[in-house]
Amino acid sequence: MTSAISVTNLSKRYRIVHGGQRGYHTLRDEISAGFRRLTGRGSATRDVTEEFWAVKDASFEIKTGERVGLIGRNGAGKSTLLKMLSKVVEPTTGRIEIRGRLSSLLEVGTGFHSELTGRENVFLNGAILGMPRAETLRKFDEIVAFAGVERFIDTPVKHYSSGMYMRLAFAVAAHLDPDILLIDEVLAVGDLAFQQKCLGKIESITNSGRTVLFVSHNLGSISSLCTSAMLLENGRIIASGDVAGVVMKYYRDGSSSPASFDLRNGVRKIGNAHVRLVSGRVLDAKGAPSMEVLISENACIEMEFEVLDSHPGPFVPNFHFHTADGTAAFVSVDTSRNATGPGTYVARCEIPGNLLNEGSYFVGFGLTTFTTGVTVHFFEPGAVSFNVRDPIEGTASRGDWGGSMPGAVRPNLAWQTEKIA
Amino acid sequence: MPDAISAAGVKRLTVIEAGRANIEYFQDLWRFRELFYILVWRDILIRYKQTALGLAWTLLKPLLTALVFALVFGKLVQVPSGGMPHAPFIYVALVPWLFFASAIADSSTSLTAHSGLVSKVYFPRLLLPMVATAVALIDMLVALALLVPMLLFFGVAPTWRLLLLIPLTLATGMLAFGLGAWAAALHVRYRDTGIVLPFVLQFGLYLSPVIFPSDLVPYPWRLLYSLNPVVGVIEGFRWASFPNQAVHLPALVLSLASAFVFLFAGLRYFRRTERDLADVI
Repeated sequence: MTSAISVTNLSKRYRIVHGGQRGYHTLRDEISAGFRRLTGRGSATRDVTEEFWAVKDASFEIKTGERVGLIGRNGAGKSTLLKMLSKVVEPTTGRIEIRGRLSSLLEVGTGFHSELTGRENVFLNGAILGMPRAETLRKFDEIVAFAGVERFIDTPVKHYSSGMYMRLAFAVAAHLDPDILLIDEVLAVGDLAFQQKCLGKIESITNSGRTVLFVSHNLGSISSLCTSAMLLENGRIIASGDVAGVVMKYYRDGSSSPASFDLRNGVRKIGNAHVRLVSGRVLDAKGAPSMEVLISENACIEMEFEVLDSHPGPFVPNFHFHTADGTAAFVSVDTSRNATGPGTYVARCEIPGNLLNEGSYFVGFGLTTFTTGVTVHFFEPGAVSFNVRDPIEGTASRGDWGGSMPGAVRPNLAWQTEKIA
Repeated sequence: MPDAISAAGVKRLTVIEAGRANIEYFQDLWRFRELFYILVWRDILIRYKQTALGLAWTLLKPLLTALVFALVFGKLVQVPSGGMPHAPFIYVALVPWLFFASAIADSSTSLTAHSGLVSKVYFPRLLLPMVATAVALIDMLVALALLVPMLLFFGVAPTWRLLLLIPLTLATGMLAFGLGAWAAALHVRYRDTGIVLPFVLQFGLYLSPVIFPSDLVPYPWRLLYSLNPVVGVIEGFRWASFPNQAVHLPALVLSLASAFVFLFAGLRYFRRTERDLADVI
């Protein structure tokens, strides 16, 4: 297999100027600076220039037909990398080799003009994205049908609903037919049904031997679409390989989700006038705080909170469990109604062994009252996290299977198979 | 980019490196010609959407301006017109001037108005001022079509010199494109350009021989005056349209030469700033 994209030592440097109102230049600044240079005075500039490497020494290779997910926090350099690949921004150093026609969807609907009709915009947008006119003409009906805007195709898009607008924009982009496709956060368009359609389209694009580089914050769509992933942090590629491993690393590096936390002496306060979150932890089967629990053993999630005033309550603790790819696994609510009146409380939730699957879980802590309508007093997503370890050897739920088992949960259910004839 | 995949099925190799864009720039400009056509088409389409008179405005604008000028400066102030009827005398100068001024004004904001495009999609950025100039050129050609009937109406019989309007229009276009590209690149970095330019263009109308003949300028100053690149162009337009009009050759040559200089300088400045346009815009 040949490589579709190969990148060697790619870097992009930006200069940030500190001091004064240097957001952007005016002619006056430049002229007075020129005079200062001429007269030789004030040559020691007050402005401090700081170098900032948006991408640093990135090297990677993407094989033809591979679907690679690019993940990383905001500002990690994902967009800069995509912009360099699509020639919008020139690299400072390094080299990119691209084999085949590349199209990038950095933003759906780029160049759409609200005064133009849907039909006119399809041709305009097609040209902007690099589709020859003849090709647009050939695919026109298909594009319009995909977007589902047949009736409004000769209406100016300013009269479109935002959903119709986005659907048409995605439809044009989806019919580009490039060898390599760069996608940035485009799946967040339209309603759920259309998102599914987009995903399906992208899947069919990639299944036809195309190469895709996909940037999204939605780790769910990354893991379902991509064959491998890269993790970017501070402009460097710190992990690459199979999706699950990279996604895990992405979560592990987030210090926001420890196995336990204590806010008593911290600066950060979570809560409102009535309640305050105090601490939280994950306990293993022996009752010791732990980051890791065994798949077949019980675990316990603990949340400590304080009721500050005589709010009638009762305060209902609730835990929201998410898997590493961001999928909600389940929500569990305390039904005891014991938290009424001022004081410090601890809520414990027992998780039986053989319920969760292996992998990382993130628990959001919520505290809610239902007496005067639903009031969420605090909700801290990913308050604690833990890893469920499957030693494989001797795990009852596996049977004799040693490979990976998908799903958010992996309960041991009662099975019965009998011979009936 | 239909040539992305060659006939043999071998996929085209693109190399991106610092400074590399320069080498393939003019090739790319040609490859993106379809985008150029469609942007010109779009700009013309948009302008006349929801207008009652539509394309007629392209004619009415220079026509009404010329009539008002002819009335005020010809009849009331009695500015000389070298024996020519005032209305065509001003019209023939106003047409290239309006082309020049609107090409520069529209070019100057072309990059910033398309900041969404510039920061998201790759194409040679020079395409944008080029589109603005082309749109202004189309307007001018429409207005120019009215010139012959107008001359005939005022009893002026055009000669073969009228054909000189073609190279003269080209020269005006080059000049406007060079300055427009310059202004566009400046506007990205210094938004002052957007404030200063309308001023300059307004003054320019009176500094150029639109409402008066340039021989009104006393001789020793004439050459200096001709450094204004529009002077020669307008002179040329009048010379080509009126059989009895003489031309000041040094002025014409100087102005054509400066058209080349401005084109070259404008393109150079534009290309120099283009590299980090997407980061600055």
